[in-house]
Amino acid sequence: MINPSDIHRQAETAKLGMWVFLFTEMLLFGGLFIVYSVYRLRNAAAFHLAAREMSIVIGTANTIILLVSSSTIAMSITAIRKNNKRLALILTGLTVILGFLFLINKYFEWGEHFSQQIYPGSSALALRGQGDVLFFGLYFFMTGLHALHIIIGVTIIIVVMTFISRGRIHSDRYSVLENGALYWHLVDLIWIFLFPLFYLIT
Amino acid sequence: MDISLPAFLSDHLKRIILMEKEQENITPYKTFIIVLAVLIGLTLTSVALTRIYLGAITAVAALVIAAVKSSFVLRIFMHLKTDKRMFSVLVIAVALLISTVITITFLDYLYR
Repeated sequence: MINPSDIHRQAETAKLGMWVFLFTEMLLFGGLFIVYSVYRLRNAAAFHLAAREMSIVIGTANTIILLVSSSTIAMSITAIRKNNKRLALILTGLTVILGFLFLINKYFEWGEHFSQQIYPGSSALALRGQGDVLFFGLYFFMTGLHALHIIIGVTIIIVVMTFISRGRIHSDRYSVLENGALYWHLVDLIWIFLFPLFYLIT
Repeated sequence: MDISLPAFLSDHLKRIILMEKEQENITPYKTFIIVLAVLIGLTLTSVALTRIYLGAITAVAALVIAAVKSSFVLRIFMHLKTDKRMFSVLVIAVALLISTVITITFLDYLYR
């Protein structure tokens, strides 16, 4: 018979591994934040004008969507620990829907930029000068990399949902859900900084 | 007097104590709802703040609010408040590392 304290230790080790991975993600985005700040310092006027072209409404909506999704996945852990499988599935399902909602907003946002000839490598953008090319280049790269993380996160949560419904994740063994949730929170955490940098600070 | 319990019984007790201890660590739904409300409030505050012209303070205010928001996410959503201290220490160390690199980079760009 497996000793519960052994499972507990295994879960903690798995969690530490997850955190170490999250640290590499933080350093990756941290590096990009430095690139952004330095270019902003050297192209203050261009960044100021370019940032004003961002849609604050979509940015704010997406921020709130991610915050709500973070709370639903956090609550799903409470649900599974209280043995409420149905609620856990509803909450993780909601998280997935919110993740898709974020991506749909992003699609329309990027589409709007593309229709104004703003995209990486665009000749119309190049005519606007180096500062604009840098701002939008960083914008597309950083929010694109973030969106890729959303896609990965949604995939992970869908896998976690199949584990919950098959009973592989339950009140005594929920480490996979916990670590999946940690990944999702990190994606939220990164957006918390991307939002002011690209939308709010003009 | 020897009052030690038979092995199987003490093992059983240990298990019960462990389970009870785990039960205590379950964050109630209410906590997450409150934290979510605070996070949305902070988001709207930072949007409102940047709409009024505050000059250079705008950037600082927006980033301070972002830092406060992330500490809520880390402590409550990511359980650092209830997890072992070690996790918090590691997160703080990484945050310090990133902020040190940012500071050094800026010292270089501003005063070279």
